[in-house]
Amino acid sequence: MATRTRFAPDRQLSARMGLTVFLLGLVYVAFVAVLIVLIKSIAAVVVIAGGLLLAQYWFSDRIALYAMGGREVTAAQAPELHAVIDRLCALADMPKPRVAIADTDLPNAFATGRTPQRAVVCVTTGLLRRLEPAELDGVLAHELSHIAHRDVAVMTVASFLGVLAGLVARFGLYSGMLGGRGRRNQDGNLVAVALLVTGVSAVVYAVSFLLIRALSRYRELAADRAGAILTGQPAALASALTKVSGQMARIPTRDLRTAQAFNAFFFTPALGQHASLATLLSTHPPLQQRLDRLATLSRQL
Amino acid sequence: MRFLDVLLGRTRPVQPNLDVLFAVPSAADTLHAALDLRPTGTGAVCFKQPEGAAAAGARGDLTDLLTLSPDTRVTVSRDEYGYTWVTCTRTDHDLPALVTDLHAVNITLADAGFGPALLCTVIGFTTGDGRRLGLVYLFKRGTVYPFAPTGAQRRDTTLELQVRAELGADIPTEPDLSRWFPIWGTPVP
Repeated sequence: MATRTRFAPDRQLSARMGLTVFLLGLVYVAFVAVLIVLIKSIAAVVVIAGGLLLAQYWFSDRIALYAMGGREVTAAQAPELHAVIDRLCALADMPKPRVAIADTDLPNAFATGRTPQRAVVCVTTGLLRRLEPAELDGVLAHELSHIAHRDVAVMTVASFLGVLAGLVARFGLYSGMLGGRGRRNQDGNLVAVALLVTGVSAVVYAVSFLLIRALSRYRELAADRAGAILTGQPAALASALTKVSGQMARIPTRDLRTAQAFNAFFFTPALGQHASLATLLSTHPPLQQRLDRLATLSRQL
Repeated sequence: MRFLDVLLGRTRPVQPNLDVLFAVPSAADTLHAALDLRPTGTGAVCFKQPEGAAAAGARGDLTDLLTLSPDTRVTVSRDEYGYTWVTCTRTDHDLPALVTDLHAVNITLADAGFGPALLCTVIGFTTGDGRRLGLVYLFKRGTVYPFAPTGAQRRDTTLELQVRAELGADIPTEPDLSRWFPIWGTPVP
């Protein structure tokens, strides 16, 4: 059957995301090559970093739910929320994720879990209280798109070597400061190698950090887009975005601080007042850009 | 989903499979023989109406199309979740004709580019002792599952499982029970 859809593919977004992924890969290949040339026993570092990330990947649903105080709800406990998700999953032909509600007034939602089969969608009571049904539809479609795009897996894989580089840089820095002095005469060569590895790792860490943030922003845009196409109502998602981000600044600081570690999985990050400072460093694109993209989609209809 | 789509964060809108609907009349014969279920002559198509003028135009086309047939009464309504229901009622209880009507609705929507927005088609049945059952056709899966509501937020799972057992070979039934999602408060069944 011929594909009939009113939405043209967003080639620019695909191209940018492709370029970011490519650059990230390039940085990593160069890093691994330098590591292999410079030091022989990197096995320990790789095992440690790999283990940490694997654990994070494997238990991503439980970690995020536990940190946000989310509890899973059955269809009997939250029939409306389940019905909305049921319908969206039937529209998108994807397995239904587990549903959780976090008891906090911070209006937000996140999706996590390593595969679509083990995914969890969590919304806060603050979000349920503030949004209209059509807006909630849009937010949930955005989160379901994160699951469909396997964002937890992609971001975990993408950040693996960045975390590894960060560990190597830190490890090199400490060991250089502690044990470097006395042995300079015996093996100056070794110290030079250690310094070089530390330097390279630091650079790799910095570059990959920026690239991962860019990737995260593009994936947010992609999820916005896919979510709006799924519900057919970009305007409802845009209105939810403005509502949620307008109210983020008014939330008590204690909640903001406890929530900041989980920004990567959030619908809009809990940045508070300083959001304008660092577009380059943020995990989510600025509100204006997201609204512009949604308006473009809306015009296509 | 293809690897590249995952890497680039794209989803392809799922296109509906419309033809399985024509297997419903023969399945209905089986249900009538085995469980005394009769078609009520009512069926409905549910879709998520996108915003914008194109969707409103498609809806106008629909009403024009369906008022052509004298035996069919068409009503359009919105439910509490923001989905639109096009309900067709045939006074003569002619199931093959009803299926053709519903198929026409689906084709019209799909041709207008709203195929990905189609959620399900429901065809109403009733038992001799007044229990209601809807055969829900999921476009994206190309499968059918039974839904038997009994009052508020309760479903008659026994009847549903009997229907699944009887349908067996006549029509593809949804194997994944977690996708038999309830549709409360809808025009059909």
